[in-house]
Amino acid sequence: MSSHNEPAAGSVEEARRKYWAANIRVIAWSLAVWAIVSFGFGILFRPLLSGIPIGGTDLGFWFAQQGSILVFIVLIFNYARVMNKLDRQYNLDEQ
Amino acid sequence: MDQYVINLLFVGGSFALYIGIAIWARAGSTAEFYAASRGVHPVVNGAATAADWMSAASFISMAGLIAFVGYDNSSFLMGWTGGYVLLAMLLAPYLRKFGKFTVPEFIGERFYSPTARMVGVLCLIIASITYVIGQMTGVGVAFSRFLEVSNTVGLLIGAGVVFFYAVLGGMKGITYTQVAQYCVLILAFTIPAVFISLQLTGNPIPALGLFSEHTASGQPLLERLDEVITDLGFSEYTGHGGDTLNMVLFTLSLMIGTAGLPHVIIRFFTVPKVSDARLSAGWALVFIALLYLTAPAVGAMARLNITDLMWPEGTSGQAVAVETIQNDPAYDWMETWQQTNLLAFEDKNGDGRIQYYNSDNPEMQEVAEQNGWEGNELTKFNRDILVLANPEIANLPGWVIGLIAAGGLAAALSTAAGLLLAISGAVSHDLIRGAINPNISERGELLSARVAMAVSVVIATYLGLNPPGFAAETVALAFGLAAASIFPVLMMGIFTKHVNNRGAVAGMLTGLIFTLVYVFLHKGWLFIEGTNQFPDTVDGSLLGLKATAIGAVGALLNFVVAFIVSKMTEDTPQEIKDLVDSVRSPRGAAAAQADH
Repeated sequence: MSSHNEPAAGSVEEARRKYWAANIRVIAWSLAVWAIVSFGFGILFRPLLSGIPIGGTDLGFWFAQQGSILVFIVLIFNYARVMNKLDRQYNLDEQ
Repeated sequence: MDQYVINLLFVGGSFALYIGIAIWARAGSTAEFYAASRGVHPVVNGAATAADWMSAASFISMAGLIAFVGYDNSSFLMGWTGGYVLLAMLLAPYLRKFGKFTVPEFIGERFYSPTARMVGVLCLIIASITYVIGQMTGVGVAFSRFLEVSNTVGLLIGAGVVFFYAVLGGMKGITYTQVAQYCVLILAFTIPAVFISLQLTGNPIPALGLFSEHTASGQPLLERLDEVITDLGFSEYTGHGGDTLNMVLFTLSLMIGTAGLPHVIIRFFTVPKVSDARLSAGWALVFIALLYLTAPAVGAMARLNITDLMWPEGTSGQAVAVETIQNDPAYDWMETWQQTNLLAFEDKNGDGRIQYYNSDNPEMQEVAEQNGWEGNELTKFNRDILVLANPEIANLPGWVIGLIAAGGLAAALSTAAGLLLAISGAVSHDLIRGAINPNISERGELLSARVAMAVSVVIATYLGLNPPGFAAETVALAFGLAAASIFPVLMMGIFTKHVNNRGAVAGMLTGLIFTLVYVFLHKGWLFIEGTNQFPDTVDGSLLGLKATAIGAVGALLNFVVAFIVSKMTEDTPQEIKDLVDSVRSPRGAAAAQADH
């Protein structure tokens, strides 16, 4: 405990608050993308994408059967990476 | 070598492996039994989660579900993967930080209410038991087809193996067997798919083959498929025929339900750190995607394959002759599967040929009249055959068939074990230690966990042997319930400090009862046929929503009721607000681990 400087109680609380607000922002952006690729491109906006052909069908079909899954993977790894950075930035990581 | 011997070698070999792992990974403490001492590497946990999650439904049924419906059933693909995004961002890291053993335990502490904990136990047990029945019947079917034993004997052997490694090893044993099971099932699913993709498109990667050129016709595969099946009066494979709102809500229900299933959530209690829980969800989805990107390709290719086999001269030529089916080795699989009653054909008009077409389509009825057809003659084609018979349809070597047998069993057993662990944890930790005997010793709790596990295996086996007529229906219910009752309460427990004990209980019960009643109104009360008040169709249903899509609405009601009730009653105490703060911050997760 004495090996490095412990911030005062108030600033720990402040750090936690900012950390959580940052987390919410990352989640909101990620879930927006999550919804757009699956419910959006895959289902609701599929007619708008019907002009873009891909292997015998259209882009919306690809998003519904493959594209959304690939984007989901990227979203989770990106979230893990960003949160690791935030954990350290606000000094809340597991030591 | 005889096919039977090959199947026996593959299944026997995989079972010996699981038992070997169980002996090596015995659990010695409750921390090992419930959470593998939180020492599982995130990638290893990812593979175990993938096997835990991918059940007989994913392995055996999903490709068939997509093959016979096409685009509209993409809901399964997006729904069963999109839930992992919710899990990674909204639940897993915080529940790992909380650092306890079961899902109801979190509900009980966060909402400072033993009632909330017991409602959680109830939701968990209903969802998990209905799910486990499907796995056990799957084990029986796989055994009886590939090892020529009766359904009952097959089920008992499977239950015996699960009993051995789950009771002995708990989470620790289950984790490492699930990793082995993942390897078996992914190989079994991928190898035949690669062969078929090569045969049809020349592309060795099925996911790419789906969007490639069909070698035989020179057209893109999906275009060819659309053409061939619309010629026979079926709806377009890539077209959107169903109701859009239902498709959206069904997809959403599957996503929320996936994130709320307790047996998946507890897998994330086994990793050492909060950051590992996030990462592990990503790895789980990578391992799941390997199967989920292949499954739609298998579905489309198998549909095209079967249609071509039934119309060897093309859809404008003559249908396949009965004589050909009997004599040509390419049709041997039809004979084999006919014996299981999952496949049936009948030359209704006696012209010596089997006409396969959509006899419900008015245009086709005219065509049929002109040609003297008297109805679709491929009278039965169970969608589950698609994956299981795939190697035979594509004329693949015997060892691939043996591998499929071992893969189907691995998928069913790994999910069954995960579900049984969730149930036994809820019984021994939440019910016995949490409510009945809080002073129980560590050894007493470990023993009671093992007894609960043993009893769960026996009940699951009994229900697998005597499945209630509604077994298949209840799986859909399990998702709806997890979506409407468990997911919202967990999310509110983490993301707001203001939802209190009364709000949580009211919300959970509203979600649970609303979903249950809506499903019963459309599927029959307790699934008894004929007791439903509304037909389960888009137009006839109460809210214009089918029973499978209602979970998302139940979840929304849960959130709304919880907020309103919390607003009207007193705010959460300070120590609960502190608890929420601590759950939100990763620091100290390792210390929480040392407490146990």
